[in-house]
Amino acid sequence: MKMTGADMLVKSIKDEGVEIMFGYPGGVLLHFYDSLFNSGIKHVLTRHEQAAAHAADGYARATGRVGVCMATSGPGATNLVTGIATAQMDSVPLVAFTGQVPTNMIGGDAFQEADIIGITRPITKHSYLLQKADDIPRVVQEAFHLAGTGRPGPVVIDLPKDVLVEEGKYSFRENAEIRGYKPKLDGHPGQIKKVLSELKKSSRPVIYAGGGVVISEATEEIVAFAEKHQIPTTTTLLGLGGFPGNHPLHLGMLGMHGTYQANMTIHESDLILAIGARFDDRVTGNVEKFAPNARIVHIDIDPSAISKNIEVHVPVVGDVKRVMTVLNEMDKDAKTTHNAIRGKWLDRVNAWGKERPLTYDREGPTIKPQYVVEKLSELTPDDAIITTEVGQNQMWVAQFYRFNKPRTLLSSGGLGTMGYGFPAAMGAQFAYPDRLVVDVAGDGSIQMNIQELATVAQHNLPVKIVVLNNCFLGMVRQWQELFFQRRYSSTCLISNPDFVKVAEAFGVKGIRIENKVDVESGLAEAIEHPGPVLVDCMVDREEGVYPMVPAGAASSEMIFGPEKKEEKKLKAVK
Amino acid sequence: MRHTISVTVENRFGVLSRVAGLFSGRGFNIESLCVGATVDPEVSRMTIVTRGDDRITEQVTKQLRKLVDVIKVADLTETSFVDREILLAKISATEKNKAEILRINEIFRGRIVDISPNTYTFEITGDEGKIDAFMKLIRPFGVKEIVRSGKIAVSREM
Repeated sequence: MKMTGADMLVKSIKDEGVEIMFGYPGGVLLHFYDSLFNSGIKHVLTRHEQAAAHAADGYARATGRVGVCMATSGPGATNLVTGIATAQMDSVPLVAFTGQVPTNMIGGDAFQEADIIGITRPITKHSYLLQKADDIPRVVQEAFHLAGTGRPGPVVIDLPKDVLVEEGKYSFRENAEIRGYKPKLDGHPGQIKKVLSELKKSSRPVIYAGGGVVISEATEEIVAFAEKHQIPTTTTLLGLGGFPGNHPLHLGMLGMHGTYQANMTIHESDLILAIGARFDDRVTGNVEKFAPNARIVHIDIDPSAISKNIEVHVPVVGDVKRVMTVLNEMDKDAKTTHNAIRGKWLDRVNAWGKERPLTYDREGPTIKPQYVVEKLSELTPDDAIITTEVGQNQMWVAQFYRFNKPRTLLSSGGLGTMGYGFPAAMGAQFAYPDRLVVDVAGDGSIQMNIQELATVAQHNLPVKIVVLNNCFLGMVRQWQELFFQRRYSSTCLISNPDFVKVAEAFGVKGIRIENKVDVESGLAEAIEHPGPVLVDCMVDREEGVYPMVPAGAASSEMIFGPEKKEEKKLKAVK
Repeated sequence: MRHTISVTVENRFGVLSRVAGLFSGRGFNIESLCVGATVDPEVSRMTIVTRGDDRITEQVTKQLRKLVDVIKVADLTETSFVDREILLAKISATEKNKAEILRINEIFRGRIVDISPNTYTFEITGDEGKIDAFMKLIRPFGVKEIVRSGKIAVSREM
């Protein structure tokens, strides 16, 4: 059957089971958008292409399905770049369609032409420049397969206008077989066995669980393993929720703004079981000083993640869920190792938790941002989806919001993209219209995609935005406070707009909270409101995120905020 | 350490830039890179010579394997292999030194592929050591132009 390229593309996208996409039309995409009209695929018009990419990303992270975004050629495509890079760094399955000038004009500096394949080459898992309509079904099928399997990631498909206009023959293949792409899902049994023998030799083990646990949906398997062997478990930012936050073995997040307990446990351990994590520099601090006495087991689907930053002793390449399933199976008849030695280790771990729990000044008159996040955590159910922007807001959420379920925290971890949280919340809310979705933002980052208030207003999408407003680019300000003698160069945002009025101008409810006593009621009012709400919460201006591992320090060398600013050096206790 | 990496790839446009971008994006230098079709016209073979410690090279080969268009990666340095390079050298020749130039060429089993009143162009095939030795001997006569192909390599059958 002959169809136009545009019709084939719509059909191909539908064949992949796509129900919703986020995008922004333009000249070269007119034929596609015409075919899309009445196709049954919901298309959400964002007000900036970057938001389309982040919304598709938020949809993907919340559901585990492939997110889809689209932008026109040239500036539309380049506006997607930040969103694509964000997805690449955090292994998010995304297919990004970009318009392109007609094939005979490519390379001629045509109007709205950009070499988007070249531009996105280092930030995609793969990319395609379509050359004829006949290729559309195969390419779309391959793209979704690549994006969603193995270590997920973004795939770009560039669509020259003439390819969408010409007619081709639609063919559907049963399997997207790609010769050069065979992700290794099953771990080598010999290597898995070694994990158990390492564990047997260890008296101070710790599990360090990353985003791979969430992606692979291996929470149950890891909890079972940790419980059986009584292994304390810390998670990365992207791993939060992958291990229940209310579990007695959970130590909270590790790394630069991790808990004292998690960082001390890692530093003092003799065995690190890294599962679906990649030893990011925000986790390890100074790699030379990272966990000096630990053997390292690394379970990850990406062979190139093994020994990339930290030398690994026992690598297991495979899908985390599958590996953990085999591990638990092999381990079935083994005795539990919760013996006297392990008990001693857990006592030490728990002592660190008691010694320096996460804290802040609860007594003062100002609204502490941590207090807002804590209240939010109390007021929202376990299945609420929390997105963050990047900076202090993100770290306070990671520290003070209790994530008990996977896929409930959506945050740009690797790239650290300000402006991510709000559009990501839209994507998650479209996926789960009945769940509570809250973007915890800063006053700086919310302004990076604030135009999306128009999108949520249009769809009456009940996303809640809580702006922790300190009239600063807070994280940079904090570094200036600590390391640049409080010279607040270009970080003061005292000229912020009135966010409540901004929200109202878009047709969105705005609430301002200026007093501590109003925090709880203000948040509750926002949560109960059936539509979108922006809460502008005026918080303590110079509050910092602590503890903090300064650049170049070992993870045990944390600073604890203004009142205890002296560096606490590790007392090596054996 | 120097590594000779053999990469089998899909013969499609854009593949070279993906492979090359992988090196440049991580600050690894490519000393030479050769590409040509294989017996299967849909598959090309690249021979890449790069320099780096073992950890960097391991990372490079892992990253190469991750590319969807890459079918197979082998670090030949770990095995026994044969490599060859072609040199085309345009050398100034005078009545006086002609005989000696031709003699050197003969010793290296080179071929004369072009000739003009004042120049010879030689084609020399061999491994890097041989090409370097030829260059060293011929340079004093006056090199007008040289082109080296870069290395191609294949593993030995055991």
